[in-house]
Amino acid sequence: MKSKFHPDKNGYYGQFGGAFIPELLYPNVKELEDNYIQIIESNEFQEEYKSLLKDYVGRPSPLYLAKRLSEKYGAFIYLKREDLNHTGAHKVNNTIGQILVAKKLGKTKIIAETGAGQHGVATATVCALMGLDCTVFMGEKDIERQAPNVARMKMLGAKVVPATSGSKTLKDATNEAIRYWIQHPETFYLIGSVVGPHPYPDMVARLQAVISEEIKWQLKEKTGKENPDTIIACVGGGSNAAGAFYHYMDDEEVELIAVEASGLGVNSGESAATSQLGEVGIIHGSKTILMQDEYGQIVEPYSISAGLDYPGVGPLHAYLYESKRAVFMDATDKEALTAAYELTKIEGIIPALESAHALAVLPKITFKKDQVVVVNLSGRGDKDLETYIKHLED
Amino acid sequence: MKKIETIFKEKKNLLSIYFTCGYPKLEDTTKVISELEKSGVDFIEVGLPYSDPLADGPTIQDSSQKALENGINLDIIFDQLMTIKETNKTPLVLMGYLNQMLKYGEEKFCQKVVDCGIDTVILPDLPMVEFENYYKPLFEKYGITNVFLITPHTSDERIRKIDSYSKAFIYVVASASITGAKGDISNQQIAYFERIKGMNLKSNLIVGFGISDKETFDTACNYANGAIIGSAFIKNLGENGVDKINDFIKPILS
Repeated sequence: MKSKFHPDKNGYYGQFGGAFIPELLYPNVKELEDNYIQIIESNEFQEEYKSLLKDYVGRPSPLYLAKRLSEKYGAFIYLKREDLNHTGAHKVNNTIGQILVAKKLGKTKIIAETGAGQHGVATATVCALMGLDCTVFMGEKDIERQAPNVARMKMLGAKVVPATSGSKTLKDATNEAIRYWIQHPETFYLIGSVVGPHPYPDMVARLQAVISEEIKWQLKEKTGKENPDTIIACVGGGSNAAGAFYHYMDDEEVELIAVEASGLGVNSGESAATSQLGEVGIIHGSKTILMQDEYGQIVEPYSISAGLDYPGVGPLHAYLYESKRAVFMDATDKEALTAAYELTKIEGIIPALESAHALAVLPKITFKKDQVVVVNLSGRGDKDLETYIKHLED
Repeated sequence: MKKIETIFKEKKNLLSIYFTCGYPKLEDTTKVISELEKSGVDFIEVGLPYSDPLADGPTIQDSSQKALENGINLDIIFDQLMTIKETNKTPLVLMGYLNQMLKYGEEKFCQKVVDCGIDTVILPDLPMVEFENYYKPLFEKYGITNVFLITPHTSDERIRKIDSYSKAFIYVVASASITGAKGDISNQQIAYFERIKGMNLKSNLIVGFGISDKETFDTACNYANGAIIGSAFIKNLGENGVDKINDFIKPILS
């Protein structure tokens, strides 16, 4: 199936994407570009990938009709329960897939970047599973903020390298991973979102596409129709949204809502609402929309959620935004916290702070009668308990 | 300012120095250039400080961050370079990242470069395919030459293509590394330099990344028209200041 939302041969979604990498990385990226589709579409890969997703990750993840939430907002609200996956989020769909690609390419050393530590844990997990060497780059500040995930990665056998450059957060961890990759071309860089040089955004989107593939048949079983009226997902780099949107992008009747983190408010100076604050630029090898100053220096974003404070957005999302195929909304720290407490109280589900941003737009939407809405609950809130407890007391 | 092509005709064993604009102090850009010229450096790479320099090691990253904290930006840099346009004779090459040009406005950037008397740029994250599809005609319109990098992992076929696009020189990256690599030049690197030399390319060759002192400079010169020292110079500049530039350059040229 060829879609206008798939990249062209140079990795472009409209004007966004490409592979803006130093010559030093050309052979690595080219090797991946030449092989990824063939590997992913092979029967051998699909069998192993599907089998691991089923028996190791616990897929399919349930599609749950949240009755009390639905009553409150006057719509049929289904939650896609990515929070029930092994390791606690959608991230593992991608790491399982990429580790199989890496193995097929004969790579034995894996590197990854991580912000909150979710992708780092998911990478360390699959490396333990496959017996591969794992190094995770993490901003020095994030290491301090996310101690439990650092401990999990170490227990899983990964080496955690602090990124001490720049702002010492996700963007810098990604820079450090890329620099290490330049110096160690034999390694496989396992990127955690639909960002980076082509073919990463497409590869990661294909590996997360299992989310919308399942939504289709699950919704058909429950409602008799494959298509919901609306799908809502949060966007940092945008991998969970890419997965939740993937098989619906060409169905114009399905409304796609991407929710960005606006931190203390879109115009507060402390925000990560990239589509509203950003402009076209290049980050981590991809042309996309990114937060930058008038001279192209990349601006450090802010969100209470460490998984959403990325200064760019994947090139697919930049294209969905520009082409108006997706509606971009935002939620502040406070709105996300309120949504998280609400879901916990009325449905008994503690969402990740990232996913809480997707839930936080429900009160802002006027639903029509019997509207079917799927919210991608990308992760669980265990990792955010400290933040939740702190703000409960406020 | 001399044309960069001219110095390749005049001399062998060219020494080029990379420095970061606005470092150690905001107003040091022109002082550094003038000191480098006095000490006999053949051409100078003018580094445009960037927040996220992917191809650079810790030394250049730190100097860039310091320079940005000093308040440097492209407008200030172009203004600084304009003030020495008439007095400076040493060829200048601009080195920065593509996003800086993109955000500044590509045409405006090119015009400013030309206004400053510069005609050569190095953008390490500008890939060949983007150059072919878009930037080649833009640069040609302004008479600007782009310098490509080659590495130990670049195929012969790709090197031939890069050779055909190169006017000033080809930047031979000494090893699979970011800037600031240390140590001696290995036999493996020598084999790579010999492979490149043996290809009899039409372009001039300049070796960079990992050249830090007289010994590594001399070795590189056996296989190329010259070499670039960056991080080692920045480190010295940070420690000893602008006044001691000649003390760093002199032993290398001796």
